[in-house]
Amino acid sequence: MKRTIFGHRLLPWLLLFPQLAVTFVFFLWPAGQAARQSFLREDAFGLKTEFVGLANYAALFRDPLYLNSLQVTVVFSVAVAVLSMGTALLFALAVDRMLRSARAYTTLIVWPYAVAPAIAGIMWWFIFNPTIGIMPYLLDIAGYDWNHGIDTTDAMILVVIASSWKQISYNFLFFVAGLQAIPASLREAAAIDGAGPVKRFFTVTFPLLSPTTFFLLVVNVTYTLFDTFPVIHATTEGGPAQSTNILVYKVFVDGFIGLNLGSSAAQSVVLMAIVIALTAIQFRWIERRVEY
Amino acid sequence: MVEKRPFLHLLAHLVLILGVLIVAFPVWLAFVASTHEPTAFTSGVIPLLPGSNGVETYATMLGTGMSTSGAPPLGLLLWNSFVMAMLIAVGKIAISILSAFAIVYFRFPLRSLAFWCIFITLMLPVEVRIVPTFKVVADLGLLNSYAGLTVPLIASATATFLFRQVFLTIPDELTEAARIDGAGPMKFFRDILVPLSRTNIAALFVILFIYGWNQYLWPLLVTTDAKFYTVVAAIKRMAEVTDAQPQWNFVMATAVMAMLPPVLVVILMQRLFVKGLVETEK
Repeated sequence: MKRTIFGHRLLPWLLLFPQLAVTFVFFLWPAGQAARQSFLREDAFGLKTEFVGLANYAALFRDPLYLNSLQVTVVFSVAVAVLSMGTALLFALAVDRMLRSARAYTTLIVWPYAVAPAIAGIMWWFIFNPTIGIMPYLLDIAGYDWNHGIDTTDAMILVVIASSWKQISYNFLFFVAGLQAIPASLREAAAIDGAGPVKRFFTVTFPLLSPTTFFLLVVNVTYTLFDTFPVIHATTEGGPAQSTNILVYKVFVDGFIGLNLGSSAAQSVVLMAIVIALTAIQFRWIERRVEY
Repeated sequence: MVEKRPFLHLLAHLVLILGVLIVAFPVWLAFVASTHEPTAFTSGVIPLLPGSNGVETYATMLGTGMSTSGAPPLGLLLWNSFVMAMLIAVGKIAISILSAFAIVYFRFPLRSLAFWCIFITLMLPVEVRIVPTFKVVADLGLLNSYAGLTVPLIASATATFLFRQVFLTIPDELTEAARIDGAGPMKFFRDILVPLSRTNIAALFVILFIYGWNQYLWPLLVTTDAKFYTVVAAIKRMAEVTDAQPQWNFVMATAVMAMLPPVLVVILMQRLFVKGLVETEK
């Protein structure tokens, strides 16, 4: 709280005007529209709308396609979070041992943050191309017939790898910062007591890293829920057989291609509820961290 | 490092070298693909070493583009992406620093309501409200324009919070001194607050430039006129061909050009980038 302030009645509103105008026109109003639409049913020609209460939501949670999409999203989120955080933690632990080469390694690992998810998707799509890609070629030698156009597991693996690859850099930076924040004296004390590197990791380092891990978990779940839309759209388009149709992709397909506005709006509202929950968790965690 | 363990140290180096290779692998293959002739992709396996057709591929893409998929020259796509990234970054910073100034340095009725309105944007990513937001932009006649590409994305709670944090750490004595010397609020803002937040602005700019450059869904919806396509959103149109293999050399050349500018920004401004990343997550 500032003690010294300026006294003006109109000026602060003028300063806030651009931000509030954009927020209202492009955020609050459309979100309100989505919420309203989720209680309405419109016929195919847009001639008649009627209030249907919670019918759109009820239909949504009875729809096997939506339940499938929920399940796909959970599998996808967990897989990406585990793969990208696990790899990043391994790299971070290795960098933490380095003295002079740490900076060079960091630069070489961090740059994919700047690569757009869509581009990451296209590159891995190329690598896994069933006809000419290098990975199917190698897998074929190992006796596995890769085809993400037909096989649902292959498609999921493809989008998980593409999404994780891009996220490693971010997790890596935060894990390195987290490791550096652990006092060396703690690890030294454990070493003097005879704990080897592995035991030290599990009893000292990893527990002290848990705030970072938890924070990254929330960030990664948010990332897989929303920012991976381009990966799906640029590669599998939700297929084959709905196996990679994550929630945000389904909202887009139902709203823009299927033109099922009521259902799409209800799905938007469900997604908003998820983001609100995640943001609340994130902010609670940060409040606790400040107290430390 | 606690004790000397040469084996573990060697293992760490190996892990990191492997890591660097994994991270670079897809980009290397994309670059290699862009230097080969189209015939290299008809059968067998993709080449692993650069070919000799690179100059020609890039010249074709930059000059004429992929006419078969209705995509304009890469030069125009890159320019559109650049304009979009700059407008989003500058726009977000400008409106956020102004609103943070209003919230921190003034007391007015409904101040906390204004703060909450801004806070709520954190919870409403584009993906969640695409259909109605698209309708608003269409009704305003902003489809196929730079304004339509950027204005709906420039509200920023994160940037507002960041500047609020920065302003709260600026000592009150400075404000008092400025007021005693007769400076009005705008003069104080211009001559003291903005210069003091310079490194924060720069760090934020790096993050927001990358954010703007990498936008995908929004440009895809708002642009139907090839004149306004951005490079990241256009790549899908190039890769999508019916009944045939994509022209991989051209698609991969586009991918390389699309990631080059933001990757350079990260590498050349690594310090600012890390600062921005850590700050915007608070």
